[in-house]
Amino acid sequence: MLELEALSAGHGDFRLTADWTLAPGRIAAVLGPSGGGKSTLLDVVAGFLAPEAGRVLWQGRDLTPLAPGARPVAMLFQDNNLFPHLTAAENVALALTPKRRLTPEQRERVEAALDRVGLSGFGARRPAQLSGGQQGRVALARALLQRKPLLLLDEPFSALGPAQRGEMLDLVAELARAEGATVLMVTHAPEDARRVADAVVLVAEGRAAAPAPTEALFANPPPALRAYLG
Amino acid sequence: MRSLLIAAGLVTGAAAAQAQTPELTVYTYDSFVSDWGPGPQIESAFEEVCGCDLTFVAAGDGAALLSRIRLEGESTEADIVLGLDTNLTHAARETGLFAGHGLSPELDLPVAWEDPHFLPFDWGYFAFVHDADFDAPGSFTELAESDASILIQDPRSSTPGLGLVMWVKAAYGDEAQAIWDGLADNVVTVTPGWSEAYGLFLEGEADMVLSYTTSPAYHLIAEDDPTKAAAPFEEGHYMQVEVAGMLEGTEEPELARQFLEFMTGPAFQSVIPTTNWMYPAVTPPEGLPEGFETLITPDEALLFTPAEAAEIRDAALEEWRVGLSR
Amino acid sequence: MGMPALLSRLAGALVALAVLLPLAAVFWRAGGASALGPADWAAVRFSLTQASLSALLSVALAVPAARALARRQFPGRSLLVTLLGAPFILPVVVAVFGLLAVFGQNGIASRALVLLGFEPLSIYGLHGVVLAHVFFNLPLATRLILQGWLAIPAERFRLAATLGLPPGAVFRLLEVPMLLRAAPGALVVIFVICLSSFAVALTLGGGPRATTVELAIYQAFRFEFDLGRAALLSVVQLLLAAGAAALAARLALPPAMGAGLDRVTPRWDAARAALRAQDAAWLTLVAAFLLVPLAMIVARGVPGLFEMPAQVWRAAGYSLAVALGSTVLTVALALPLASRGGEVLAVSAIAVSPLVLGTGLFLILRPVASPGDVALPVTAAVNALMALPFALRVIRPELEAVRSDYGRLCLSLGLTGRWFWTRVALPRLRRPLGFAAGLTAALSAGDLGVIALFADPERATLPLQMYRLMGAYRMEAAAGAALLLLAMSLALFWAFDRGGRVART
Repeated sequence: MLELEALSAGHGDFRLTADWTLAPGRIAAVLGPSGGGKSTLLDVVAGFLAPEAGRVLWQGRDLTPLAPGARPVAMLFQDNNLFPHLTAAENVALALTPKRRLTPEQRERVEAALDRVGLSGFGARRPAQLSGGQQGRVALARALLQRKPLLLLDEPFSALGPAQRGEMLDLVAELARAEGATVLMVTHAPEDARRVADAVVLVAEGRAAAPAPTEALFANPPPALRAYLG
Repeated sequence: MRSLLIAAGLVTGAAAAQAQTPELTVYTYDSFVSDWGPGPQIESAFEEVCGCDLTFVAAGDGAALLSRIRLEGESTEADIVLGLDTNLTHAARETGLFAGHGLSPELDLPVAWEDPHFLPFDWGYFAFVHDADFDAPGSFTELAESDASILIQDPRSSTPGLGLVMWVKAAYGDEAQAIWDGLADNVVTVTPGWSEAYGLFLEGEADMVLSYTTSPAYHLIAEDDPTKAAAPFEEGHYMQVEVAGMLEGTEEPELARQFLEFMTGPAFQSVIPTTNWMYPAVTPPEGLPEGFETLITPDEALLFTPAEAAEIRDAALEEWRVGLSR
Repeated sequence: MGMPALLSRLAGALVALAVLLPLAAVFWRAGGASALGPADWAAVRFSLTQASLSALLSVALAVPAARALARRQFPGRSLLVTLLGAPFILPVVVAVFGLLAVFGQNGIASRALVLLGFEPLSIYGLHGVVLAHVFFNLPLATRLILQGWLAIPAERFRLAATLGLPPGAVFRLLEVPMLLRAAPGALVVIFVICLSSFAVALTLGGGPRATTVELAIYQAFRFEFDLGRAALLSVVQLLLAAGAAALAARLALPPAMGAGLDRVTPRWDAARAALRAQDAAWLTLVAAFLLVPLAMIVARGVPGLFEMPAQVWRAAGYSLAVALGSTVLTVALALPLASRGGEVLAVSAIAVSPLVLGTGLFLILRPVASPGDVALPVTAAVNALMALPFALRVIRPELEAVRSDYGRLCLSLGLTGRWFWTRVALPRLRRPLGFAAGLTAALSAGDLGVIALFADPERATLPLQMYRLMGAYRMEAAAGAALLLLAMSLALFWAFDRGGRVART
């Protein structure tokens, strides 16, 4: 269970507060207007931003003192998810080890991960030789291989067209459910939330609301969501 | 393993041989030891007679040489310092590091020599060198009035540069300031050292360059090029006398004195004219090399004593600075 | 993430000590500082004037040249970019002779003027000093500013094109903001390197009016043996440089090299014929200004190549060893010091007088080693120190870009410490590292360093051997050695710079 306990964080004049829990294995969409604090929320969970007050807990364990790499968290960023000087396989392998040389077992696991995102045989290509969608899949394969129970998506597919984006989200949802991972995904698009999310965290005006079941929320939108949907 | 043992044996053998051979360390200026200077020939000639190991250590030019000795003080490894000139010997003696040489060889210098600490090994006259077909002025006053362009060296960073300042002072005394004021418009530029000025002259940057009366000998003898000449000046020519002295703290006083004696002997002196391109302090028995007879010989040789030179140096430099800053 | 703080501090301390210990040694030997006189302050003023003018002019002329290179594609462009680096890495004397062959009393420009019935040029004076400094530094300024131009995203120029903005507006909206970020850094390194100018200022200055601080230091040291004054003047020079560096560091970071120098952004605003002609004219002018003197050096040197004695080749070998040693050391220092503070430190360090630095090192090392024996390592170390600010200027923006682009990804993958460097930073920095290593190697090969006090007759470097040939009247052979030096420096520069560019995507 992800637990945000009386959390307050921010930079400059901006503050974001949150105080709620998310059950394990759930996929929550983080929805709200630009500048509302969606990225701040993810940064605090990932460990890039230290909270001023409150704690972040996972399965009862306080994550606050842990460095980003030590947290049970994998993350896909808006851009620069892949190192351009490494091949797809090398990028994925970073989930297992920073070393250049892999054991045969590790190599197999990398191959398998690429296979699961539909990129068998693409391992030797560099990011520049892959399409945007394929790059997203490589990053996803790496996140999968990290075997972290919590997956954060900071709009990694926003540059893709609607069809491709939908496809990627379906893939994320499918893999996350198979792995039992808990997902927090930032999005601008209500249809993305409806497509894959079990719950929606509405972030607006410096407050991240507790996750609400998606269907119920859209059926009876609170004022903040109504304002966002327009 | 075996080769290691052999190597070790060789090292001890070499060390033992070294312990038996006395060593003499001579500090000198850089161009003396260069492959084109007198150093290599003199090293082998002296080692043939001394049964010792002669090592040259190079340190910039004459002024840098003195600075190095001053920096090292009594802990210096030098047994001999070779390459100071009379503008530097006063300060050198003041350090108290130099011993009397106790020698009195017959010298072929245009001036009398009675310095108990330093012995000359070569000498020359400063002069303006020009292309033979150039109608050169015959005095500083003529030069100042003419359109002739000259290249000189900075007295603060170059020994010939300082020599020129001394030359004007020796020739004109209290009138020196007026001469520098008059020369200001003839000076194309002032270079850090002799090499730059001479190089610029050969590139055609000016009509004349401050160098030595012996410079044309290089072109004549080494390059078979008779087109360079030195301009005789009515006032006489200032001399540069290059000297060597032995250190008080040397561990090899006998060897050091032997070197100073060797220095004024024919084996050393015959190397000087065509490597350092200066006059030998003692003309070797076979005379000067062919070509030196074509050089101008000034009517009057000018030279301050080391004490005089040290006393007037700062004032003369200031006249130079003021004159050329206009 | 990144360099362990300990390593950065260690490298910083090493650079600071490498400068401060020798200074302290000279003060200690002098028994304190002695007061500066009016002539010393006049030297400070002249140094400041010529260095400011040189820096301003170098950067001002680099702007149109860099702009032309940024927006025009033409055959030979890449070769031109490499050759433009050549003056920067030339030994001073060689460059001065090259310049005089063009602008001197007997240079080709003067001879052409005389043929047309005009007076020959006079290069000697403040303008000559500035001209030579611009010749040296214009290429570096052009490279640094070109880097800035290429870092402006192509989308912004496309946006400007769709808005139909005229060239003036594009300049104001896109290019001026970039220049405000890129120019201060370029200005300050050039200012500092010109501040301690000695041979150029003296040879072309025309007389004692052109007395720089470094010459005043020479005078204090060699003429008066006033070590306290020499060291104090060196401190003044150091403080001026540190002040300029700190001022520039407050301004924004220059942009990274981005996609590299080979890319040319299509520019719709610059398609007009008049602008094409303007760019062509600028490039021709700059190329002529930089390359004709180089060509003269080559022409002077070719006959001498056949007269060079064998020692010259051996000297080239020693210079090569020194250059490679410096390069390794500079790169090793540049990576941990690639920060704002590190750059201020490194820029200040090069303003310390080479003469005072050499003297201090001599005082420190003499009790433990024979100066002749350590000549080559000391030369390599000092040259590394002198090249460090240029290496940092190139590497630091790139490293900052890697950090901002991939820092969070590396953190989330646990790629920290040495893994960050080996798997991410070093591969990403190949190109700037290659460029910086090339600059260092070439600078070091051509630099005389502090060798005077440490000279070892047996192991002279190529620049020293060239001076010796000049000192022995052998000007033609010296010109040959100069050409060899130029060729070697350029080859080193090219090899490293190329090495950084291949096999990178």
